[in-house]
Amino acid sequence: MSDFIQHIVNGLSLGSIYALIALGYTMVYGILQLINFAHSEVYMMGAFFAYYAAKFMRWENTSGDMLSITGAWAHFFVFFVILFAAMVGCGILGFLIEKLAYRPLRKAPKLNILITAIGVSLFLQYMGQLIFGADPKVFPTPLENTTLVEIYSVPLKSLDILVFCITLFFMFILHYLIFHTRQGKAMRAVSSNFAAASLVGINPDRIISFTFVVGSALAGVGSVLVGLKYPKIEPLMGTMIGLKAFVAAVLGGIGNLPGAVLGALLMGFSEEMVVAYFSSTYRDALAFGILIVILIFRPAGLLGKMKVEKV
Amino acid sequence: MIKTFKIPFLSFLILSLLGIVVNFSFNAFIQLVLIYMLINMILAMSLNVVNGYTGQFSLGHAGFMAVGAYVSAYLSSIFPLKALEEALPMMMSSSSTQLLPSIVYVVIQFLYFGCLAFAGGLFSAFSGWLVGLPSLRLKGDYLAIVTLGFSEIIRVILLNTPLVGGARGFYGITGFKDVMDIPLNFISSYFHLIFWVLAAYFIIWRLMKSTHGRAFLSVREDELAAEAMGVNTTQYKVRAFVLSSFFAGVAGSLFAHFTHYLNPASFGFSRSVDALIMVVLGGLGNMKGVIVAAAFITIVPEALRPLQNYLGVDIRMILYSLSLILIMIFMPGKKFRSGGI
Repeated sequence: MSDFIQHIVNGLSLGSIYALIALGYTMVYGILQLINFAHSEVYMMGAFFAYYAAKFMRWENTSGDMLSITGAWAHFFVFFVILFAAMVGCGILGFLIEKLAYRPLRKAPKLNILITAIGVSLFLQYMGQLIFGADPKVFPTPLENTTLVEIYSVPLKSLDILVFCITLFFMFILHYLIFHTRQGKAMRAVSSNFAAASLVGINPDRIISFTFVVGSALAGVGSVLVGLKYPKIEPLMGTMIGLKAFVAAVLGGIGNLPGAVLGALLMGFSEEMVVAYFSSTYRDALAFGILIVILIFRPAGLLGKMKVEKV
Repeated sequence: MIKTFKIPFLSFLILSLLGIVVNFSFNAFIQLVLIYMLINMILAMSLNVVNGYTGQFSLGHAGFMAVGAYVSAYLSSIFPLKALEEALPMMMSSSSTQLLPSIVYVVIQFLYFGCLAFAGGLFSAFSGWLVGLPSLRLKGDYLAIVTLGFSEIIRVILLNTPLVGGARGFYGITGFKDVMDIPLNFISSYFHLIFWVLAAYFIIWRLMKSTHGRAFLSVREDELAAEAMGVNTTQYKVRAFVLSSFFAGVAGSLFAHFTHYLNPASFGFSRSVDALIMVVLGGLGNMKGVIVAAAFITIVPEALRPLQNYLGVDIRMILYSLSLILIMIFMPGKKFRSGGI
């Protein structure tokens, strides 16, 4: 029983990381109908931005004092700085990708944009290998993973709770942004009808840029959280987790924000359960297995709406 | 009958002459690139049936190639060429020194590998049918992601099957054997490949002129209108899928018997993406364009290899991805899509 609770906790923390990345996919898809394959590489770059930010501050994993702040606060300070660096870096990267690669293709056939997305993804991967080196690096871990409380002899780790809380925090911010601000209203307008939105005075290009920045910043948050949990980063780390986050977004109904979170949590739980009770080598197949079964019964995902075709 | 086979036969003849020239005048590296190019052509043409002509979006072509490759390699390990050799008269073997029996032996090899490729293709077509039947109800990106999912599942299953080597890969797959101490691996593989390239090209070409081909096109152009005209759209989508996975399986089998080694990692997402890039670059539903694009995509990364000597770092994949983006941005979209053949 205690094992089971432990797996639930792990699944929740894994699922919330997937959710942060899946939100970026689903937002871009909702507004452009584009599978943004470069998103997984934005996530990868986020981890490296954080890594170099920590390096820039000369943060070593053991020492606790720098910039005249000492003790526990320094840890939190470093954590927030690398989180901020990853978010800003990813935001700028997302903005540039949209501006340089996707915007010239706004009117091109969908498949051409998709190939461009794949091209950007490959470009970032190989650029990453060239600049950062192909060898894995150790991610700085300013926050220690301590046991906070034990419930039924299940230790609740501080990192799991931190991951969950930060994800929840950013989801609330995103929710507020999309449903309670003018900018969010404009985003929803562009996503529901591109031409009509521009008729009522919304600049769709600006809104699309904004969407990319927000989605990429969320990927940056995700990369730092993954880095804290599994402190090994390399230029090819984005591919599999990006694919899974994308599957999560499709699972929940792509273009639907709560759907992406639901799908991601489902993925996190089921992956954890398969590793625990079945076989870890089938972990990657399971994600797609669930996806296929769900799509066969609900072709537009769990929360997606089926569109009726009209002549 | 003669008229039907005139062009395929002539093209076979011309390509054979080219192969003989390449065999004697170029080194093994160029021969290798040529073989990969031909394999990629079959792969791209087969994907073109689904993505180009039928207008569906499959992103899991590597999975079907893997099925063909592994089935064919496994079959060749249960029915080895050696057993066939022993069943024949003594002189018809790889150690034969006389001319006529040697030629017979070469022909037997062709038949053997041809059958294997066909069997690999059939199994692959069957798996295409299994995958296509439930998933072709889905549309657009959902279909893409489900096909991608199936190919990943196939890869993970192969990774976990010790019978075919698992993660270590499948070693020691038989290829064309040398006869009378003449190196035949390249030239025989080449002949075998151009046979299948031409078969794929002309079968698909003839098919697109028939009722079935018209139905594929009608599904692409307007699914609703096609259905209203009495085309069973789901069934035609499944048929296109089966045909496409058949040739993908053939490509896999040819790949297996040329490289003598298979690894599940080489049938990952990136191979599906490569095939997709070839189809989009060549023009959806433009078979000649797709063939040219397949050649282009295979050659460019290899042609950029000498650059590494000057710069000291490997930047060819960076240039490749960059050129992909630039081609998509600066080539007008209209050029890419030509209607029909």
